Amino acid sequence: MKRIDHAEAASHFIAAKDNEAFHDKRLWDLRQKRDRIRDEIPEWQALRDLASVIKEHALSHLAGYLEQFETQAKLNGAQVHWALDAADHNHIVGEILAARGVKTLVKSKSMLTDECELRPHLERRGITVVETDLGERIQQLDDEPPSHIVVPAVHKLRGDVAEVFADTIGTDRKNDDPHYLSEQARLNLRPYFLDAEAGMTGANFIVAETGSVVVCTNEGNADLSANLPPLHIVSVGIEKVIPRLADLAVFIRMLSRSALGSPITQYTSHFRQPRPGSEMHIILVDNGRSERLGLADFWTSLKCIRCGACMNTCPVYRRSGGLSYGAIYSGPIGIILNPTQDLRKYSNLPYASTLNGSCTNVCPVKINIHEQIYKWRRVMSEHDQLPFAKKTAMKIASRLLSDPKAYRRTIAATDAALEYLPRFLLYTRFNAWGKQRENPATPDQTFYGWYLKHRSKPK
Amino acid sequence: MNARDTILDTVRRNQPAAVELPVVPMFDADLPALWPQFIAGLERMGGKFVEPAPSADLNALLATLFPQAAVICSATPEVSGNRPLSAVSEPKQLDDVDVGVLRAAFAVAETGSLFLSEIELGVNAIAYLSQHLICLLDPADVIGNLHHAYARPEFRSARYAVLMTGPSATADIEGVLIHGAQGVRSLTVVVAPRLPN
Amino acid sequence: MKVALFVPCFVDAFFPEVGIATLELLERFGIDVEYPLTQTCCGQPLANSGCQVEAAPVEALFVKNFADYPYIVTPSGSCTHHVRHYLDAIPQTDAVRHVRTHTFELVEFLHDILEVEAFPWAEFPHKVGLHNSCGTLRGLRHASMSELGEPFFSKPLALLGKVKGIEFVTPQRPDECCGFGGTFSLFEEPVSAKMGHDKVSDHKAAGADYIVSADSSCLMHQKGCAERLGLDLKFVHIAQILNGARA
Repeated sequence: MKRIDHAEAASHFIAAKDNEAFHDKRLWDLRQKRDRIRDEIPEWQALRDLASVIKEHALSHLAGYLEQFETQAKLNGAQVHWALDAADHNHIVGEILAARGVKTLVKSKSMLTDECELRPHLERRGITVVETDLGERIQQLDDEPPSHIVVPAVHKLRGDVAEVFADTIGTDRKNDDPHYLSEQARLNLRPYFLDAEAGMTGANFIVAETGSVVVCTNEGNADLSANLPPLHIVSVGIEKVIPRLADLAVFIRMLSRSALGSPITQYTSHFRQPRPGSEMHIILVDNGRSERLGLADFWTSLKCIRCGACMNTCPVYRRSGGLSYGAIYSGPIGIILNPTQDLRKYSNLPYASTLNGSCTNVCPVKINIHEQIYKWRRVMSEHDQLPFAKKTAMKIASRLLSDPKAYRRTIAATDAALEYLPRFLLYTRFNAWGKQRENPATPDQTFYGWYLKHRSKPK
Repeated sequence: MNARDTILDTVRRNQPAAVELPVVPMFDADLPALWPQFIAGLERMGGKFVEPAPSADLNALLATLFPQAAVICSATPEVSGNRPLSAVSEPKQLDDVDVGVLRAAFAVAETGSLFLSEIELGVNAIAYLSQHLICLLDPADVIGNLHHAYARPEFRSARYAVLMTGPSATADIEGVLIHGAQGVRSLTVVVAPRLPN
Repeated sequence: MKVALFVPCFVDAFFPEVGIATLELLERFGIDVEYPLTQTCCGQPLANSGCQVEAAPVEALFVKNFADYPYIVTPSGSCTHHVRHYLDAIPQTDAVRHVRTHTFELVEFLHDILEVEAFPWAEFPHKVGLHNSCGTLRGLRHASMSELGEPFFSKPLALLGKVKGIEFVTPQRPDECCGFGGTFSLFEEPVSAKMGHDKVSDHKAAGADYIVSADSSCLMHQKGCAERLGLDLKFVHIAQILNGARA
């Protein structure tokens, strides 16, 4: 698989000036809202500590909790399935739907089903799949993946949405009022809710002690998807299990505060037993998670509760847009999740970061995101995933910087620091520095030269 | 090996060293006054709040709040409505409801949330297909925070339970907040002490 | 007190005046400063690229140069951050551990070790915006960070506050990364430049005449951005102000 070129993709996003400016402003606004609501909770840091430890406990006892959840869910009358990978997952969903003659599936937002590329799989089987979260619906109609895990269409402006809706659901192309556009989406979606034979949701959490599936939305679309059709399918990653309802309180207190700066999502819904006369199927999906659990430097990435706070705060993400990461998971969390799926394809992503550490410090479950990004760079280097020019430059720099005489000779020989800068830094993307920045002025002498003249004691 | 056993096997092999499960405190030492916090939380999330005179007739109040409403469906005995919930055999039949009326089992001051389960809803979809929702609440039913909420037995007995906090909302287009994205366009909490048993 | 001065490659080549100011400033406090002549680099550019094999000999040389000193001081937050938190491409001998725990960035050395009370020679009658590099802010914890909502503290502001005539301005996003990021500035040029342009514009809008930082690399990047945008902003390392530079 070809390497994702994040920088190249980002340059196109930045070139769309209005989109980039809005994107940066909107997500920074979410970060500030998160800061303000954090300050309303004196125990915020204690909650982060608890959330982190509860997740680490759950992951270090994952097999037991999955079994407990399965037992409880079955007692509740749900059917539990296990999927090794994306293909397995899609097959299971397809079979459940086929056995019941389902023609239309309404679904609420689920990163996992995007990860598994469920939609094209079902569409090939002739099933109409309707995304019902407004942002996700916009992305579906535009045939694009979500660009953000909480606000999937945040990279689009109202005019972009007006174009998409005009082309796909026949709205007035000239009307880009968000109220109008949202209302049109509502009217377009309502019949699907009423007539779909099956509904699907993801899960933000599943609770081992009760067998509950917990879904958080602001639109209520998960509740519409699950409470109307006679069949509710839940897709959930195995890392989402938490032990107790008491633990759920910690996570619900942090999730929407971290994500959007609101105290809670409008709807925090708990599905424990199917409605009388209806079915509930829960698919526990691995798709690489059990292997990730064994990676000493990276297993804590499984603590992620998908709040998107790391994306909102990330100065690189805000300027490059989620699609530039070329993966379902973008931003800082995407950088550390994606390489386990495809090392080569995502080998550039760990370098799409300044390692500034803001992500780590907003993460409600205290994942050391920027340190894992740093560690992934080591993995890329160890696995020969660095571009040839970069690796070569590193080897040259290594030789030069470990040999003081050669180092001084090189600077002296070129007789100007600016000549030495390209050698040392501008090894690829020649003159990348100077495209949008002036070069630094070249001083008459180095500090070394000055020191020899003014301070060095003769020996 | 089937998928289940393969997954559990790999998980067991890869589980990191055991981390102890912490005790989750209730964080209730300095809780603010419940009622004002609940109202503030609800309004912050776009909910409305009405406190009628103690003797007020709720049916009359409803007529003032929603004079245009043609179909009113109530899941609580204080309000009669004109669409009996007992006649609903399929959730989608609630699609034409203008105003749904419910009573919350309890509410959470911290977040301004209302707890509703299939017991209070009768048909779950009433809370989502109705254009507008009225939720009766007895101020005595407000509890402090989410830790207290999740200690309630209802979460262990309800088939379906929702913490509902304001109307359906979206800000997916340019961050413009819009109520009534998919579900109810408005949520109004009406102060109404429970009827004596 | 004997101190070894580490002048990172950037500073050596492009900002000798920062090295000089650091040296002179330390000497003002009666410190015996030595500059080991065979020093090159701490290994950060290599290690930050993930190239541990290539970083190893550079880190080994760094340790060899500095292991015999009680303190190693450098006018660079990011290099200190690397040495303290990430210098592990080589076996962790006693010498390595000593170097890692005794390398200090200039601001923390002045603030925490020397506990400097006054800079009587320093006067800087300008409006100054402080840029805390990410290495100093979140790596070395020079200052409280907005992410955590912790009580305010700032070692660089505590020091700069002792300078006569100085006036501070605060940008909208004081903790935002400027986009330098080492090799990020080249491999992610479009994003790096955009971040830099936004950063200097934010400072300019706040009314800054100067941007001051403990990291020359951030300053080099921001200066390049400001000049390209035609913004009238000047850049100065904190060592220069504390050593008495007037402009």
